[in-house]
Amino acid sequence: MQGRSGKLWAQWGLVLGLPLLALLGALAFTTLVLLAVGSPPYPPYWLLFAGVLSSPVRLADMLMLAAPLLLCSSGLTLTFAAGLYNLGIEGQVIIGAVFAMVPLRWWPELSPVALWLLTFGMGALGGMSWALLTAWLRVYGRVNEIFAGLGLNFVATGVTLYLVLGPWKREGSASTSGTEPLDQAIRLPTIEGLRLAPLAPLLALVLLVLVWWLLRQTRWGLSLRATGLNAVAAERFAVPSRRRMIEAMAGCGVLAGLAGTIQVLAVFHTLTPSISSGIGLLALLVTLLVQAHPLLILPVVLFFALLSVGSTQLPLQLQIDSSIGGVLQGALVLCMLLLRGLQQRWSQARVWDNE
Amino acid sequence: MNSEQLVTDVAAILAGAAPLIIATMGETITERAGVVNLSLDGKMLLGAMTGFVAGLYTQNVLIGFLVAALVGMLVALVLCVLSLSLQQSQLAVGFVLALLCTDLSSFLGHEYVRVPGVAVPNLPVPLLADLPVLGPLLFDHSPLVYASFVLVPLVWWWLSGTRSGLVVRSLGERPEAAHSRGVHVVRWRYGITLIGGALVGLAGAAYSLDLKQGWSHRHTAGLGWIALAIVIFGGWSPWRVALGCYVFGALQIAAIRWQSALGGFPTQVLQVAPFALMIVILVLVNMSSSPAVRRHVDRLPGVLRRPLHALFDRLAVAAPAALGKPFDP
Repeated sequence: MQGRSGKLWAQWGLVLGLPLLALLGALAFTTLVLLAVGSPPYPPYWLLFAGVLSSPVRLADMLMLAAPLLLCSSGLTLTFAAGLYNLGIEGQVIIGAVFAMVPLRWWPELSPVALWLLTFGMGALGGMSWALLTAWLRVYGRVNEIFAGLGLNFVATGVTLYLVLGPWKREGSASTSGTEPLDQAIRLPTIEGLRLAPLAPLLALVLLVLVWWLLRQTRWGLSLRATGLNAVAAERFAVPSRRRMIEAMAGCGVLAGLAGTIQVLAVFHTLTPSISSGIGLLALLVTLLVQAHPLLILPVVLFFALLSVGSTQLPLQLQIDSSIGGVLQGALVLCMLLLRGLQQRWSQARVWDNE
Repeated sequence: MNSEQLVTDVAAILAGAAPLIIATMGETITERAGVVNLSLDGKMLLGAMTGFVAGLYTQNVLIGFLVAALVGMLVALVLCVLSLSLQQSQLAVGFVLALLCTDLSSFLGHEYVRVPGVAVPNLPVPLLADLPVLGPLLFDHSPLVYASFVLVPLVWWWLSGTRSGLVVRSLGERPEAAHSRGVHVVRWRYGITLIGGALVGLAGAAYSLDLKQGWSHRHTAGLGWIALAIVIFGGWSPWRVALGCYVFGALQIAAIRWQSALGGFPTQVLQVAPFALMIVILVLVNMSSSPAVRRHVDRLPGVLRRPLHALFDRLAVAAPAALGKPFDP
């Protein structure tokens, strides 16, 4: 007899133990990869984990990466709850950034606060409309959302390339490095000497709490999760499951669009073809890792941002490719899936033994 | 456009689609067996990189292809263990593998970017290559292109005409039925997914050792996703999937041709355009079978309605019923 407290211990052991084991597994794999190219593993790890913490400048960069990543991950929590794989989030970030450029180009003389509100509004609108296109294809066209989203990602990249190299090109020369940089006055204000615009992470945090509240504390959230678990059954219990899917996609699109706006207004200060820099896909990894649990998102986002910013120093300081950061992130999620599978199989076997 | 140019272009389409055909045939058999392998894009990159490097070191393209096929199988094995044995979501595992393999190929292949390596030689078929029109079109290619010509009917024949092909289809449609007839569902799915993975690895090497000759970061990025889309919207039929590959090849050639015609238009946009257009075409074909479109067609007068219905009935294909679903006997 283990009793209740034994069970509680086992649960906490799983919550803390599994991620730790997964991290060890991922580190073992990454070490093998580093050794394969003949790099001693310790210096890269030092840069990856501690490089960011060594200077306030990089710490600020990390927060500026964490902000849009957090927005995207919060958005994906909604779509995952509805049982949708929103691979189109990259495109939603990109189109959000494109829409955000419109007021910045047309009415730069507005008062900054009004301009920023307008910009964020447009960015959200852009992301939402791109997401609704996918949702519409999924619900009315019977087109799998994974492929509709992927297709729209390609379209979004095409649109941005066309704008950057065509109508919105820089005075004199068109280049993929981006449009004319924004005036200092209309950028989101930063802390002196750092690239940190505190409004961006603040906005992301507020919206994360909002998503958590919507999902866990409201009837709407309950019916959304019911849709994700079994859309047909949910329909029988009078949940409008199609509508919930569309709403989840729209919500994700809004958050992705805001992430794109931050990329323009506070990170790059220009529109480039690679404006999303892969944060949408990285957010998908985050969401898979935490199984769309809203409260676990924050620590994982910070950890992933730490790795990503740390890895940008690798080519400069150690002459090795920065993609090892991505290898570690991917291996971590893969190890987590492996351990979850093993744990489920193990607990199943115990149930059978007890019977 | 003169006829000589047309022959050159069509030959280029046939050659350009060859690696894509190899990859899509691998994914087609995998999905017919009820397994979605979303990792295509990363697996192809890893196959391209390892194949190129192995070929470079041994100065032997065959060893390059062999290594690429083994790497493809290894990645497929990870998917099998996690999703078939440990019941994790196939979509989740496949997606993570796609990203992980992409980064692995970039990191491990960093030293070999734009290094000159070995390549598959052209192999004109004696006598046949000298035929007018047909010669340059069909018989003056690298061995890989011939392989792609043979592979499509081979896969079709295997799936529809053989006993083991029937087993594979039953795995995708009614795994319970296959199970009750003594077929070991999980073991068969392992086998088919591994073969599919090997073909995708080969396809990656077909880019780095033949069509694109060389390696660079994210060398074939995007093509794996296109291949996946072609399989899904191609209705899992080898012929239609192959047709999809050729349409994509044609779009790519067209983009190159228009590059010179549209002087002021940014060329980078034209490079992305085939990817976007391809998906739009596939989506339109796929949407024709949706109930919403049906309802609209039903309102049309009979003259229009009947041929449209006939066309849509031909286009509509149901997915393998057990696609992506876990099997627990």
